[in-house]
Amino acid sequence: MLQVSGLTVEYAMERGAVRAVEDVSFDLAPGEFIGVVGESGCGKSTMLFAIAQLLVPPAEITGGSVIFQGRSMVGLTDKQLAAVRWKDLSVVMQSAMNALNPVKSIGAQFRDAMRAHGVTSKAEIAGRSAEVLRMVGIDPVHLKSYSHQLSGGMRQRSMIAMAMLFTPDLVIMDEPTSALDVVAQRSLMVQIKDLQQRLGFAIIFVTHDMSLVSHFSDRLMVMYAGQVAEFGPTRQVFDAPRHPYSTGLLEAFPSIRGPRVPLTGIPGSPPDLARPPAGCRFAPRCPRVMDECRTTPPALYQAGRVQVRCLLHSSRNEVLAPGSPAGSVSSVATGGAAGSAGSAEAGGDE
Amino acid sequence: MRFALRRLGFFVLTLWAALTLNFLLPRLMPGNPALAMLSKFHGQLGPGTLHALEVLFGVNTHKSLPAQYVSYLHQVFTGNFGPSLDFYPESVTSVIGGAIWWTVGLVGVTTVLAFVLGTGLGIVSAWRRGGRLDSVVPPVFVITSAIPYFWMGMVLVLVFGVSLGWLPTQGGYYVSTDSPGLNLTFFQDVLSHAILPAMALLITTIGTWILTMRNTMITTLAEDYVRMARAKGLPGRRIMVDYAARNAILPNLTGFAMSLGFVVSGAILIEYVFNYPGVGYLLLQAVQGEDYPLEQALFLFITVAVLLAILVADIATALLDPRTRTAG
Amino acid sequence: MAMPISGVPTAPDATGQLAGTEPGPTGTDRARPPASHALARMGRAVRSNRKATAGTVLLAIFLFAALFPGLIAHDSPSADAYTPKLGLSTAHLLGTTAQGQDMWAQLVWGTRNVMIIAFVVGLAATGIAVLIGVAAAYLGGLWDGTLSLLTDVLLVIPLFPLLIIIAGYAHGGGTLVLILVITVTSWSYTARQLRSQALSLRHRDFLEAARVRGERRLYIIVVEVIPTMTSLIVASFLTNALYAVLFASSLQFIGLGDPNTQSWGTMLYWAENNAALQTGQPMWAIAPGACIAALGAAFALLNYAFDEIGNPALRPVRKKRVTRA
Repeated sequence: MLQVSGLTVEYAMERGAVRAVEDVSFDLAPGEFIGVVGESGCGKSTMLFAIAQLLVPPAEITGGSVIFQGRSMVGLTDKQLAAVRWKDLSVVMQSAMNALNPVKSIGAQFRDAMRAHGVTSKAEIAGRSAEVLRMVGIDPVHLKSYSHQLSGGMRQRSMIAMAMLFTPDLVIMDEPTSALDVVAQRSLMVQIKDLQQRLGFAIIFVTHDMSLVSHFSDRLMVMYAGQVAEFGPTRQVFDAPRHPYSTGLLEAFPSIRGPRVPLTGIPGSPPDLARPPAGCRFAPRCPRVMDECRTTPPALYQAGRVQVRCLLHSSRNEVLAPGSPAGSVSSVATGGAAGSAGSAEAGGDE
Repeated sequence: MRFALRRLGFFVLTLWAALTLNFLLPRLMPGNPALAMLSKFHGQLGPGTLHALEVLFGVNTHKSLPAQYVSYLHQVFTGNFGPSLDFYPESVTSVIGGAIWWTVGLVGVTTVLAFVLGTGLGIVSAWRRGGRLDSVVPPVFVITSAIPYFWMGMVLVLVFGVSLGWLPTQGGYYVSTDSPGLNLTFFQDVLSHAILPAMALLITTIGTWILTMRNTMITTLAEDYVRMARAKGLPGRRIMVDYAARNAILPNLTGFAMSLGFVVSGAILIEYVFNYPGVGYLLLQAVQGEDYPLEQALFLFITVAVLLAILVADIATALLDPRTRTAG
Repeated sequence: MAMPISGVPTAPDATGQLAGTEPGPTGTDRARPPASHALARMGRAVRSNRKATAGTVLLAIFLFAALFPGLIAHDSPSADAYTPKLGLSTAHLLGTTAQGQDMWAQLVWGTRNVMIIAFVVGLAATGIAVLIGVAAAYLGGLWDGTLSLLTDVLLVIPLFPLLIIIAGYAHGGGTLVLILVITVTSWSYTARQLRSQALSLRHRDFLEAARVRGERRLYIIVVEVIPTMTSLIVASFLTNALYAVLFASSLQFIGLGDPNTQSWGTMLYWAENNAALQTGQPMWAIAPGACIAALGAAFALLNYAFDEIGNPALRPVRKKRVTRA
């Protein structure tokens, strides 16, 4: 349904172009839930907006393609995109306080969206608005409210309701839970998953909270410094991470049960993307760095059903060039069952 | 409601400040200027008028300062501002009455035009960022907004009045030939006399509206809810107006209040250059003629006018921004 | 007189934060950007921004004329030694006035008076504004309430009519009176902006760090807060200088300055009195007015450039063609 291929996004700054997203490729099947995790500044939100064609200058797509439902999206004007927007592809943003127009009531914003897509009957608009609100557990009387009158959780949910107006095929979510407290986060996630199962849409969910999304996603993508570090079925990435960065991320989260272990973070900070390091971008902070890591930038390698950008796995098949990413759920993964020389990870390969 | 009360309280306070300034100034100046004025007019003033002047300026009185203040306030609130010295025996209030409509017409119409055109241009310019309009607008209007009002007036007088002779440059109408009233010639002449001053005021004030609107619009366009509106596939025009402009204009309305002071100054200077018979011209005449009662009253009048305009802007903001209503 | 431009919402209730706030250094917000850094960054920004360069050049020209008028104009401005009402010529670059004075000399020598007013009022008014704005933000509570009220009232009262009346009572003072009167009345606009920014800085981390270190409030204000506000303080100076020039010239124009001082405003006064425009001596009025406009434009351009420097979103954007993948 969605094929992203070699997507590259640059910010044109005075000191030179900064590549916020480099060579990201993946396929999305209908109804699939992909989680994207990474530190702040790793490019995950930028990638999301690039897919939805919502970038603003100085950011722009400088390479790759985004094909949604068979149509290429890059380079289309807003007018051309309008037919697809919201009907087939909708967006949920991080802070509803900022994403909802403060001077219009919620109902008015629902109405704007529906009218923009040809729904004019007042009854129909009112009916559908009430229906989506009920779907997320909000009393339709709040259609008259303004965003500053609702609680944080309610605001987020009304944004999700708005995204459901036309039961789109794909909903893109940019850290929708980050502004909420822990309890509200979980209840929102459950709600989202429930809606997904009822209505059958696909989700790309960006967050910095790996443990939260891993309970709900089908596949998990870990991004670092604008590149895909690891990508594969959630259980595999989560239980047996292959990239040292993913390992570091997981170890940074304490587990409630289990033995007490010292909490390790990842020392250092992400590279300056205006002048990315030669070789692997994670090398300066990697606990398992090898000499060649500093000079040879790793490509994306196929390790079973997981793609990983790490020279530790370079003996595996390299993931093919953009256009045919070999990581989709529907295609059977090739290669690399044997020959795990150099890999410290055991098992997990299929 | 609380918001409205607080604003009203502020207005009352400002008015009080203006009244008090009026009260204190002549009494603080070395050699009470009013004394000189009174001796000039001594024999000609009736006892009632004389008393009114004494209360206003604190001459010939043995009352203490606070007592003077009380009688001053009392007199002002009964609307007695004394006689105009330049236009004796007309009272101050009637003199002002003759002049306000000229100013209201000139300034009112021009400000509304400047606001509407300026805001519109600012919105479009920001919407089409990087386009031709946007590359021309900022530098041009930064420069026009720095041009002194009176100089713009003089340039226009020179170009259109003296050199080209297209438009009249003095007064509000042809005083010698026209008879004020509901006749066509009068209207035509009023209009033709108003064009140059209005243009001067418009050109110098529109710059600020355009630039502030453009800048707040640019900041607003970067907001998430505008991005969200794009994501929803809303038509461009609706995003520009309903989502961006409606939010961007709010700080402008608040800024409107502060810019009123400048509109007032501009009006005064332009009326001076064109001898336009409005309130500003009157003020300058009053100062040059040492007509203190008129000066004082005009100052109060202008202050009240500014406060009223701010009130209107506040109401507009409350209507447009639901957050002010509930915040109280 | 011209109206204030601001690239940012200046009403503190609309947004607590002003976009004129100095952008933090790359990296964490925790480090305190020292004043020297701020100034160096400003220097670089001025050179790269076209508006800033234009403004600086204009300002430099006027400063030069104010400091060394004798080098540019060879005649004495007040000597009415020439034939009146001469037109432009090489001997008299702008011609002569109705009293036989050389206009070019008057224009050049008049620069000094204008620049003095601009800088003295600019500095003094900014000083008051910083004092009141920052104090209001830091002392909070009743102090803040009173100071803000004072500022707001002064902001709303129409200043120009007030100035006219005061100058009228003083029977037209000299430059010193003008300076005093304008300074005392015109600081409120910038005070409001400064208070807004100071408020938004109150909770920044490096200030918390200073408080935790046990530094006294005054120390924090002077050593930590004010240097961070450098760019807004400079912008305030430019604003106040601009208004000083416009107010002063306007007052001189209507005859409330000392008509015997050499200044652009007084030139205009005499021009108006002698009906210069109507009697074929347009330069008498146009030239000084153009200078006021140019100096005003210089300040305004610099101010606008500072807005752009402080708020990168406002910088000029070149429209790019969308690349087709």
